[in-house]
Amino acid sequence: MPDIVKAWRQVRRSWAIGMKDIRIYYSKGPVVIFGILFPAFLFLAFFIGRNLALEFMMPGLLAMVVFFTATAISPAVTPWETQARTLERLMCCPVSFSAIILGDIIGSFIFSVAISLVLTVIIVAVGLAAVIQLPILIMAVVLAVFCFSSLGLIMAAVPTSSPSTSMMLSSMVKFPLIFISGIFIPLGELPVWAQAVSYISPLTYFTDIARNCIQNTNHLPVYVDFLALLGFSILFLVLAMKLHHRTMPKRI
Amino acid sequence: MNDKSNPSPAIEVHALNRRFGDVLAVDHVDFAVNRGEFFGFLGPNGAGKTTTVRMLTGVINPDGGTARLLGYRAGSLEAKQITGVVPETSNAYLDLSGWRNLMLMAELYGVSGREAHQRGSALLQELGLLERKDSLARGYSKGMKQRLILCMALISDPELLFLDEPTSGLDVQSARLIRELLQKLSAAGKTIFLTTHDMDEANQLCDRVAIINNGKIAAIDAPEKLRLLTSSMHSVEVSFSDAVSPDALEGIDGVTEVTKLGDKYRLYTASPGELVVSLVDYCSSHGLKIVSMSTLTPSLEDAYVALVSGGER
Repeated sequence: MPDIVKAWRQVRRSWAIGMKDIRIYYSKGPVVIFGILFPAFLFLAFFIGRNLALEFMMPGLLAMVVFFTATAISPAVTPWETQARTLERLMCCPVSFSAIILGDIIGSFIFSVAISLVLTVIIVAVGLAAVIQLPILIMAVVLAVFCFSSLGLIMAAVPTSSPSTSMMLSSMVKFPLIFISGIFIPLGELPVWAQAVSYISPLTYFTDIARNCIQNTNHLPVYVDFLALLGFSILFLVLAMKLHHRTMPKRI
Repeated sequence: MNDKSNPSPAIEVHALNRRFGDVLAVDHVDFAVNRGEFFGFLGPNGAGKTTTVRMLTGVINPDGGTARLLGYRAGSLEAKQITGVVPETSNAYLDLSGWRNLMLMAELYGVSGREAHQRGSALLQELGLLERKDSLARGYSKGMKQRLILCMALISDPELLFLDEPTSGLDVQSARLIRELLQKLSAAGKTIFLTTHDMDEANQLCDRVAIINNGKIAAIDAPEKLRLLTSSMHSVEVSFSDAVSPDALEGIDGVTEVTKLGDKYRLYTASPGELVVSLVDYCSSHGLKIVSMSTLTPSLEDAYVALVSGGER
């Protein structure tokens, strides 16, 4: 059988896993808490009473929603499967470990893209901010969600059967990234050393694109932001697959 | 590659081994299972049964050795495609209905929608789950969940079926339904690899059984032949009209061991016929009457106990 046919079959099975994830996991409490309520409260805590322009606040809100929804469940899906004793059944199926991970990324991707695009539509429709370059913003949302979903799967590679352990570990990564990515303070206003640190965060590049599309200000050229997001996406995807290949049998 | 003109055994295992830290869980085991065979895999807890099954089903990798399923390397996608698995500690997705669990498996095995619907309905009907197909698996009893997991393993109509203690802890009705379905599948030519603790189940269902102990295969044969291996496990169960000392019974020719069971004695021997004659002579000479007497052949359980405790083969 040609390799392309085999690969296509694996992608279709990944899709089935992604749909299963959405049916099972994306109605659970942590999604609502960590994916929607938490960024909303964080946003209110930092912006209310500071007399900031909506054009400045909206890219930050969008960046937080994209980041938190894409990483709300993805770090916990594999521990959940381990705890619920469904992982071994899945591992016996004619689906490669990489396809299982891709499926988990697909589930996170679809859910997060939907939430993020709904927010984008609300921002535009209600007139909270004028989106100058909507197609570019949508492309950035799609790429960033894929990137952050893959990052979430890296966090899920710790071979624990406790979703709360995985969520706690992921929080230790997620929160520092929020504060170094230009969400609350624009990159241009950060000291040079802080700017250098911000470049290790993929969220920096999405926030920069969002500011470009809504505020018409940017720190880096848009193509650099896209290339960086693409690079991080590939790196995270490959790393997630390799790590899970190593740790998945240890979960059984 | 799978060569149809020269069919290989359904399962071929050579020097398969797996270590966990200092423990050699599976120690270079060799065995083969013929196509269409119902093969039992027995052993005490920690003997290496589940580790062996997990290596054969591709859940964990062996440290060494080879295993092939219908000619394909165990663990390869091709091997997984032709096998159905009921893992030992598996569960269905509790937040999905029984039907959605089945359809998910159908998608993961690449079964077409129409075929999946037909086969899924037939399987659920056969195992008494059709009326509850739209209920969440969370509301199923343990027996219903296990029947659903068996349906999930069969949705792709696999050539080869691995079942790791499928009836363990189930109610009588569920266990019976599963055993009946397995017998039908075996009659239809499917190859079945069954891990079980239940000696009666192995005795009733399996063409051959392997007994694994401390990671090594202790014996492989038909259940009846394994029973005969433990020749010294033949016994005569007898009760007398008056009290008799066990020491006196041990002195009778041919008796290897005496066990008291309530008001009876079980006398183990290699020659039950000769022992009956000796017992009659003993009673005549000691003025005893025999109240009841019966000869017992060793059960598969006796053979199993003897083999795993390092006894006679």
